[in-house]
Amino acid sequence: MSIKNSVNISLSVNGESFDNVTVPTRQHLADFLRSQGLTGTHLGCEQGACGACTIEMDGKAVRSCLILASQANGSLITTVEGFDDEVMEKVKINFLKHNAFQCGFCSPGMLMTTKEIISSKKKLSRDEIRSEISGNYCRCTGYQSIVDAIEESINEIN
Amino acid sequence: MDDMKVNQNPKLGSIDRPNSYIGRSLPRENAKKHLDGGGQFVDDLVLPRMLHVAFLRSPFAHAEIKSINVDEAKKSSGVFDVYTAKEIDEFCKPWVGTLGHLGEMRSPEQTPLAKKTARWQGEPVAVVIANNRAQAEDALELIEVDWVEKDAQVDMETALDENAVIIHPELGNNLFWTRTVNQGDVVKAFEESHEVVETTLDFARHTGVTLESRGIVADWNKAETKMTIYHNGQAPHMMQHIIAKHLDVNEGLVRIVSRDVGGSFGIKVHVYPDEMAVAAISKKLGRPIKFIADRLESFTTDIHARCHKISGKLGVDKEGKILAMEINDLSGIGPFSMYPRTSAIETNQVLNLSGAPYIIPNYKAVGTVVFQNKTPMCQYRAVGHPIAVAITEALIDKAATKIGLTLDKIRKINFIPDNAYPNKCPSGVPLEDLSHQASMDKLLGMMNIAEIEKQKEDDLAKGVLTGYGVIAMCEVTNPSPLFYGVGGAHISSQDGASIRLEGSGAIHLSSSITEQGQGTEAIMKQIAADQLGVSMDTVRVTLGDTDATPYGGGTWASRGAGIGGEAVLKAARTLKNNILDIAAAIMQTNKDTLDIENNVVIRKNGEEGISLQKLAETVYYRGHEIPKGTNPELLATASFLIEGIPFVFTNSAMGCHVSIDQDTGIVKINKFWAVEDCGTQINPKLVEEQIKGGVVQGIGGALFEECVYDDQGNMQNATMADYLVPMAYEMPDIIVDHVTTNSGRSIIGAKGAGEAGTGGAPAVIMNAINNALGKVGSEVTSQPITPEKILKSMNKI
Repeated sequence: MSIKNSVNISLSVNGESFDNVTVPTRQHLADFLRSQGLTGTHLGCEQGACGACTIEMDGKAVRSCLILASQANGSLITTVEGFDDEVMEKVKINFLKHNAFQCGFCSPGMLMTTKEIISSKKKLSRDEIRSEISGNYCRCTGYQSIVDAIEESINEIN
Repeated sequence: MDDMKVNQNPKLGSIDRPNSYIGRSLPRENAKKHLDGGGQFVDDLVLPRMLHVAFLRSPFAHAEIKSINVDEAKKSSGVFDVYTAKEIDEFCKPWVGTLGHLGEMRSPEQTPLAKKTARWQGEPVAVVIANNRAQAEDALELIEVDWVEKDAQVDMETALDENAVIIHPELGNNLFWTRTVNQGDVVKAFEESHEVVETTLDFARHTGVTLESRGIVADWNKAETKMTIYHNGQAPHMMQHIIAKHLDVNEGLVRIVSRDVGGSFGIKVHVYPDEMAVAAISKKLGRPIKFIADRLESFTTDIHARCHKISGKLGVDKEGKILAMEINDLSGIGPFSMYPRTSAIETNQVLNLSGAPYIIPNYKAVGTVVFQNKTPMCQYRAVGHPIAVAITEALIDKAATKIGLTLDKIRKINFIPDNAYPNKCPSGVPLEDLSHQASMDKLLGMMNIAEIEKQKEDDLAKGVLTGYGVIAMCEVTNPSPLFYGVGGAHISSQDGASIRLEGSGAIHLSSSITEQGQGTEAIMKQIAADQLGVSMDTVRVTLGDTDATPYGGGTWASRGAGIGGEAVLKAARTLKNNILDIAAAIMQTNKDTLDIENNVVIRKNGEEGISLQKLAETVYYRGHEIPKGTNPELLATASFLIEGIPFVFTNSAMGCHVSIDQDTGIVKINKFWAVEDCGTQINPKLVEEQIKGGVVQGIGGALFEECVYDDQGNMQNATMADYLVPMAYEMPDIIVDHVTTNSGRSIIGAKGAGEAGTGGAPAVIMNAINNALGKVGSEVTSQPITPEKILKSMNKI
């Protein structure tokens, strides 16, 4: 049996259809998205540890470095570039207000995790927020301002 | 916080006026792009005909390279070529990481790729150039290297032994650099001391772990003989010089572009062999070449820091007054001193800064820096501070216990009084404009130690160990030419700003300071708008491009606000002066009757003024309307550098409260307080964020972070899953406040604020843990302070 080096996939990213696109079999989803110019999805470790590449796939926050592009066939994907709904606009305002990022490299993943927290509709304590974002590295802020921004967003939206 | 209260600098004009932005916590509007996925990081860049590289790196800490066969690799799919040192050396001259101002340093020549010997695990030895990174990595597996593994000198403590492995035979031994500071007579002073306390502390190697790894795209344009380098570095003009010098390109035809940078912390201010190789390959091939380090490469090739063992001794009299301090510090820096800053500076800062807040009449410090077969070590955030502060503050706590003084009392009686500046560190380094007394008082007011002490007894009754610590420290910021330039390095201590009024009435500002997330662009904008009298949204800022900004040092050693900010202030004042001259001529009035508010040149008597847009249109498009002889210059440029002293120091006081689980050894930081005196705060929120982020990096060093090596020099935990950094859940909320003593070296009065958190947190956490462990008669002296070390200290394992 021969090994295929490429496969064709179809998926939707931020509402845009990608039909029958040829991707290398071994390409992970983050590399695919970035190759399409969607460079807001960042790669910090490519081992699923840092959370910078977190995206939404079929309603769930996932590490796009741990998923092959071929596995996303038929999926609905949202990346940071697609965060334009009212809820995420409010979250972004709070991130800006609290300076909940410095270099901005972790922000796309951090926002995606925040989106999941908000959509759970739970009122979380600061400790619980800290626990929820413990899968996302931030090396600049020390996290406190991120917790502030998420806390205010939860209070405002939920 | 009432942000207006922090602006207490009369030199900046009334805070009660329109467009008064200095001292306000305004959000970073320019940074909103990061929340829309619109940052422009190096890896986001795609250029036509761009090729990608992957490096074959030494799997051994020390090995001879008998031969390298790249024939099969060259045939691999998508591969353009494969190079070893021979091809790269034709295009890149070697470098040496020594400087002339700190006594003799000995480090051999270094080339982009190792030639006959590899000296650390991760050192590049060959490079594959291919259509994409994946194909380049495929070909790496086909390169055949005939390695002869050699014994590795891994342990710094045996590096100078007679039977040590000599890493550079031509040097005869593994000594890189040594320095002794001797002030007064410590021998006599220790004899005269009432009590003498001693300790020895260990600091593991750790590293910066910038979330965005190092990256470079080099683009040699043969037709223009111009090298453009997109680089996520901190010091574009330094890189411009380095590339020109080592790749033999006219310096004026080297352009360095540093757009968004995903964290730096000092990691990205050094010259790395793999990045130099990429520039050489681009020059050889005339094509854009991209290299983005993967995380394994980051852990094994980004500079590491710390790696110190320090012993200290402190003598006090009956009242607890310090009579003498002596320290002896050993540090291991890997096989090469880094270029161009050298790897001597961390130890040098340990010697300079130990005991800095206190009057210590007799002081001796010896530093020894040795080579070893590990990743090169160099300057990372708060260079040397964690070691200097921890040894000083650990000794002071010990002395307090010995003679029965409280932790705050012993510090207060030994501080250099706030009214006694200018003064000197025990090492002789000059100090000015500091406030240890006021800062400690403020800290104590925030902490409520009486309550903490009471709680401690209650906790103990319940079986919980709790403890607290307080520390004071000096923070090196705003370095002068006496830091690097005096030693022969082409690292600018001067920074420049250029500001212009454009035809639309907009203001364009460019600065040699760079942005890595600190908020450089925001504070530059605040200073310019404040000083000109225009709204914030009028100002556009360009940073990080040697073709478009004034010459200068860039962002490192907390120099952006104090040096770069002062240049912006001066340029803005000059431009304002020029604008008012032109306006006075147009309006046929005396300049003193005019001012600028809200983008309009106003008459102070309330009569109608002229908008900056109208004024600019007149000058640029209808110049015939302005009176003859009027200077039409709507562009101003200014520079600033610190003169006469090595650094402008900031000071800090910190406190923390910890609990220790006696069964697991896990430390919980219940509270952390920091008081910082960084002079004028241009944007208090951003200052606070520097301190909080810095503290958390310091907590990382104190409790979690370590580059673990086995005895053959193999790094054992080079993944983000294995190398622990602080995550949100373990971190406390940090309470920050300020004392404001403006620097007298500038109009703006700002000092730096980026180092203190990282420099002070390891000391205060260690002291708090030992304060808690004191109740059970144990002590920890080695960082990171892991649960295992705590349990061992309590003889539980």
